[in-house]
Amino acid sequence: MSTHIRPALVLLLLFTVVTGVAYPLVVTGIAQTIFPRQANGSLIVKDGKPVGSSLIGQPFDDPGYFWSRPSATSPFAYNAGASSGSNLSPTNPALLKAVQERVDALRAADPGNTAPVPVDLVTASGSGLDPHISPAAALYQVDRVARARKVDEGAVRRLVEAHIEGRWLGVLGEPRVNVLELNLALDAR
Amino acid sequence: MTTSGILQIALYLVVLLALVKPLGAFMAAVYAGRPFWLERVFGGFERLIYRLAGVRTTEEMGWKTYAATMLLFNAAGVLVVYALQRLQGVLPLNPQGLGAVSPDSSFNTAVSFATNTNWQGYGGESTMSYLTQMAALTVQNFLSAATGMAVLVALIRAFARRSAATIGNFWVDLTRTTVYILLPLSFAFALVLVSQGVVQTFGPPAKATVVQPSKATLTEQVIPVGPVASQIAIKQLGTNGGGFFNVNSAHPFENPTPLSDFLELLAILLIPAALCYTFGVMVGDTRQGWAVLAAMTVIFVGLLTVAVVAEQNGHVFVEQGVDHAASALQAGGNMEGKETRFGIANSVLWATATTSASNGSVNSMHDSFTPLGGLVPMWLIQLGEVVYGGVGSGLYGMLMFAVIAVFVAGLMVGRTPEYLGKKIEAYEMKMSSLVILITPALVLIGASVGVLTEAGKAGIANPGIHGFSEILYAFSSASNNNGSAFAGLSANTPFYNTALGLAMLFGRYWLAVPVLAIAGSLARKKIVPTGPGTLPTHTPLFVGLLVGVVILVGALTFVPALALGPIVEHLNLIAAK
Repeated sequence: MSTHIRPALVLLLLFTVVTGVAYPLVVTGIAQTIFPRQANGSLIVKDGKPVGSSLIGQPFDDPGYFWSRPSATSPFAYNAGASSGSNLSPTNPALLKAVQERVDALRAADPGNTAPVPVDLVTASGSGLDPHISPAAALYQVDRVARARKVDEGAVRRLVEAHIEGRWLGVLGEPRVNVLELNLALDAR
Repeated sequence: MTTSGILQIALYLVVLLALVKPLGAFMAAVYAGRPFWLERVFGGFERLIYRLAGVRTTEEMGWKTYAATMLLFNAAGVLVVYALQRLQGVLPLNPQGLGAVSPDSSFNTAVSFATNTNWQGYGGESTMSYLTQMAALTVQNFLSAATGMAVLVALIRAFARRSAATIGNFWVDLTRTTVYILLPLSFAFALVLVSQGVVQTFGPPAKATVVQPSKATLTEQVIPVGPVASQIAIKQLGTNGGGFFNVNSAHPFENPTPLSDFLELLAILLIPAALCYTFGVMVGDTRQGWAVLAAMTVIFVGLLTVAVVAEQNGHVFVEQGVDHAASALQAGGNMEGKETRFGIANSVLWATATTSASNGSVNSMHDSFTPLGGLVPMWLIQLGEVVYGGVGSGLYGMLMFAVIAVFVAGLMVGRTPEYLGKKIEAYEMKMSSLVILITPALVLIGASVGVLTEAGKAGIANPGIHGFSEILYAFSSASNNNGSAFAGLSANTPFYNTALGLAMLFGRYWLAVPVLAIAGSLARKKIVPTGPGTLPTHTPLFVGLLVGVVILVGALTFVPALALGPIVEHLNLIAAK
C-alpha cells in the first residue's frame, strides 16, 4: 500500500495546481482579453458611474417605472450578495397570501386595470435577481407608467416593444424584457 | 405542453444524441490507449505527470488494489478540501475577507465535492473565498468526475477481457480522463460561457448605484463576481452541480442567456450519454451501447413529459386573479422559483436532466414545483441516477441493472444468465443486489430519522406534507450523490451536515467498491460464445426488459414514501379546487 501513497499525494498536488490554479488563471486571462465586459459582470455605465448590471435585476416600486418580478432575497429584495428563491411550495398558504398581496399592490397602483396579472409579475424568481419580465408583464404596466410620467401611452408601448428580446434564433428560451434597461431608456427619453 | 417547448426539448435531444458517437469514440480511444490527435499535444505533459508521481504505467492492478488506490486518493481529497475551508480566513485570494467555514459544514462540503454530489449547505457567494472555490471545489469537480469514469472503465474492461487478473491502472485512468477529456472540454466551454455573460475575474465585487433608490433598503447594489465560468464549465461537464452562487444555475452570472442554458444542459448529459457508446466500442459491439442508451432515453422522455405537463398546467394562483395561460407574450404556468428567460420548458428540462444525471445543479427552485412536477426529479434521483446518470457512475449503475435484467430473464427460462458473454453467477448477483439495495436503505432510513427527530424537523420550511417531501428529497439527493434540493430545508445545521455527509459517503463508496468487485470477478471469467439459448442484449426486447427492471425496482422501493409526500400533496391540491 505504501507504494501508492506517493502517487496519491503527488497527483493530488499536481492536479490542484493544474485544474485549481492554472486552469482558472488561463481562462481568466483569455476572458479578460477577449470578453472584458462580460467577464466583469456586464455592467451598465451612465455618466461614468456604474448603475447596475444588465444581468442583475433591481427593485422598482415607483409607479413611473416598470416593476421587476418579486424577489425573495434577504434582508431586502434584489440583494445581489445573497441570491435566493422563495422555496415556497404551491400548497403553502404563505405563498398564496404573498401572491394575493402582490396582485393587490399592482391593482392599487393602477385601479383602472382589471385584467388578470401575468404570472411572472407576482411570483418570485429562482435567483431573486431575475433581470427580466415577460412581454405580457411589461405591457400590463404600460398604462400606469405612462400616466405617472404624464406621457403618451403609445410612446411607452413602442418603447416596450422595442425592448422585447425574442427567443434565440427564434427557438431557444422565452421572450422577455430587461427591466433595468427599459427603465433607463424611459429616463433617457 | 406548448409547441415552442416541444421544439426546444426535441432540439436538445437531437443535438445530444448526435454528439454521442463522436465523443464516445474519442473517449474509447483515450481509454483503450489507441493513438489520437490530442496525445500529440498533451502526451509529454501526461508522461511528466507519471514521472513526478512515480506511476508505472505498465503495471496493472487487480480490483482490490484499484479500489484501494481510488479510496486513498479520494480520502486525501476530502482532507485537503476540509483544511482549505477551515483555513481560508488566513489564506490569500479572499477579497471579501470571509472567515473559516464551520467544522460540520466543512465536513459536509468536503465529502460532498469528493463524492461528486455537490450538495451545498452553504451559500457560495457569502461563504467561500476564491481560493476555496478554485483550489478545493473546482479541483474536486475534476477529480470526482475522473474517479467515477475510472471505475466505469475498469468495469467495462472486465467485460471485454477474458481470464484476466487485472482491470487497469487507477492512476493512469484518472490522469487520462482529466488531461484528455475533462480539461480540454472545460477550457473551451468556459470561454463560450464567458461570451454569454458568465463572469470570470479575480476582482472584488462590483458596486453600482441603483436607478431607483428606496428608503429602507438599497441605494448601492454590491454585486459579487469571481472566477465563475471556469468552475461552471466543469460543474456541468463532470455532473458535479456545485454552483459558485447560492442559487446555482438560476443565477444570471452562472447562466445568463437561453443559449448558455442550452449548452449547460447539453454539458450535463453529454459525457454520461457518450460513455454508452464508449462502452459499446470497448466491448466490441456498439449495439450493446446503443441498447443501454435507448433504455435511458425512453425513461427520460417519459418522465420529462409528465413534469413539463404538470408545471405548464400548474395554474395555482387563479383565485388570486393571475393569468397562467401560455402565449406569445409569456411562458405562463407555475413561474414561482423560475426565471423569465427560461420559462417552463427549459426549467423542467433542466430539472429532469440534472436529476437523471447525478448533476444536481438547478436553474429553477424544485421546492416550488407543483407536487407532480417535483415528484419527477425526486423519483429520477431515487431510481439511482441510472438514466444517463453521473459521469461513470450512471453507466456502472445501469450495467448493474442490466445484470439484474439478464438474471430475471434467466429465471424465466431456467438458464444460467449471461451478459456480454460473461456468466452471471451467485457472486455477481450478490454484489449487484447490494449496489441496488444500499441507496434505498440510506434514503429511507435517513428520511425516517429526519422526520422522527427534532433536529431533523427543525429544518423544514414548508408546512404539512411538503415538509416531509423536503426531508425525503434531501436524503434521496445525498445518498444518490445528486446534490439538488428542495432548498427551503435549512440544511446547514450540525444534524443535516453530518447525516447527509454520511449518506453521501456511503452512497458513493459502498457502491463503487462492489462494482469493482464485480469487475474483478468478471475479468477472471472466460467469454462464452453466443449460442441459440443466449438472450441477445441489443434488441428492443432487452431494452424493454431493462426499462421494466429499473422502473419496477424504483417503484417497489419508493412508491410508499412518495405516496406520503408528493402524491398526497397532489391529491390535496386537486381537492382544494
